[in-house]
Amino acid sequence: MHPAKSVIFFTTTSGAGYGLLIWLAVLAPFGGLPDGAWFTVAGFALAIGLVVAGLVSSTLHLGHPERAWRALSQWRTSWLSREGLAALVTFLPALVWGLAALAGGFAAPAAVVFGLITAAGALVTVYCTGMIYASLKAVPAWHNGLTRFAYPFLSIMTGAGLAIFLLSMFSAAPSTLDTLVEAAIVLFLAGAFLKLAYWRRIDTAEPVSTAETATGLGAIGKVRLLEKPHSGTNYLLREMGFEIARKHAAKLRRLCLAFGFAAPAVLLLLALVTSGALPVLAFAAALCAAIGIALERWLFFAEAKHVMTLYYGQSAV
Amino acid sequence: MTMLPNATTTKLGLVIDLDICVGCHACAVNCKEWNSGGHSAPLTDFDPYGAEPEGVWFNRIHTFEVVDDVSGASQTVHFPKSCLHCEDAPCVTVCPTGASYKREEDGIVLVNADTCIGCKLCSWACPYGAREFDEDQGVMKKCTLCVDRIYNPNLPQDARVPACVSSCPAGARHFGDFGDPDSGVSRLVEARGGFALMPEQGCKPVNRYLPPRPRQNGGNETVAPRMLDTQAAAATDKAGILARWVDRALSR
Repeated sequence: MHPAKSVIFFTTTSGAGYGLLIWLAVLAPFGGLPDGAWFTVAGFALAIGLVVAGLVSSTLHLGHPERAWRALSQWRTSWLSREGLAALVTFLPALVWGLAALAGGFAAPAAVVFGLITAAGALVTVYCTGMIYASLKAVPAWHNGLTRFAYPFLSIMTGAGLAIFLLSMFSAAPSTLDTLVEAAIVLFLAGAFLKLAYWRRIDTAEPVSTAETATGLGAIGKVRLLEKPHSGTNYLLREMGFEIARKHAAKLRRLCLAFGFAAPAVLLLLALVTSGALPVLAFAAALCAAIGIALERWLFFAEAKHVMTLYYGQSAV
Repeated sequence: MTMLPNATTTKLGLVIDLDICVGCHACAVNCKEWNSGGHSAPLTDFDPYGAEPEGVWFNRIHTFEVVDDVSGASQTVHFPKSCLHCEDAPCVTVCPTGASYKREEDGIVLVNADTCIGCKLCSWACPYGAREFDEDQGVMKKCTLCVDRIYNPNLPQDARVPACVSSCPAGARHFGDFGDPDSGVSRLVEARGGFALMPEQGCKPVNRYLPPRPRQNGGNETVAPRMLDTQAAAATDKAGILARWVDRALSR
């Protein structure tokens, strides 16, 4: 599948923003968040800013962005519609949460309640994003239980990296930071295993459809494409005929693991055992995670094959 | 509305006879021409007279070679493919705006170009590659089963079939109601063992393909017709006396 930059930017950026919102909401009831209006403003600005940047970017790949509001109507059947609706609906409790936190602090009951509602909305939104891809039977690589779990998981994982950076810049309580850093290390390591499991799955899974089932000519013999319907290219081949060579994919996978999972875990471990330089290490960890997850998303698209390609020369998908 | 109708009693669709199709592409060209006016117009072409032309087409003809594992005999099959107007169309349910819909009255799957936002998710959902994005207009387009022809009062009754069906010179395409067990298409499918494409994808396509008929010679497909031996110069020794004399005379 063609990896569209706007979609990669959207899912990774909004995902991280929603993850940060979830961590802020979860840490608040334990009094773990720093006091003061500056932290509140900075936290919301970062999280909401990332979410909005991502959502705006997602409308850029539309043929008619001005009609995007229509995408909220088919929530009964369409995961894309549900995602849009969930994203917009989540802004409402987020707004109330922000005002309550500014007025009474993050630990105030009103703030805690609306924080958790916002976190629930954020989780639902990211789950819907994952389901857009996981629900497509025509892309067997995506149509499995790992995809619907991966999107929320990676959102929470990258959000943790951002939360650590944010909290370290505002001198949060060391006990909170330590717990958060430990949790984040576990998440990054677990994320690596999740990614490896997904890659193993797509490398070894049995094909769902073949050129024989696509043409129905399997009874006669082995089917292979003799002539494409056209000598040039077309929308279908550009959108769904994207192929990446195995050796390039292997290299990118290693980079993804290194930047997206190994480096953040190592940097955060370093932060745990040394004292001081946490903001720098946290920033480096968040940056590495951003690069790594962008690679991960790129590969998620690039390595997925569409069964439509069975009509264009693939023998099994 | 992207909720699929519960079940349509009328299921309009096509039968494509892979035994007869000669791969002339007349159906694809006529489809393109018909849809250059009317419901889906215009069907965009980019760089049409240039070095790398490409465009939006609803009907595309692939050509496959099928090789028998046992005998090694191969067969060329031309394979026209357009929207199969599935009963359980995934392109309809994934559409976030409701622009992609299946008509209750006849089962035709259409795109409302006024409400389509061009998110392309329907083309991702379709396993058959039946939907294309028109880069110029920013909307998705697909086979309409010539909805603007089959009910068109300005056409004579027997012309009210999809353009591709009317233009096939070999008679490899048929149009009708699969919901009616006595219709021409239903009887054709039953008689010839018509099949659906990729049934494992669960779309329940309506269009059916008729398989190539088995060879009539029946049997020794690997023996080629006897070839004439090419006569080498030395071989003239074995030829008759007159032939040798003529050969000598002409070689002077």
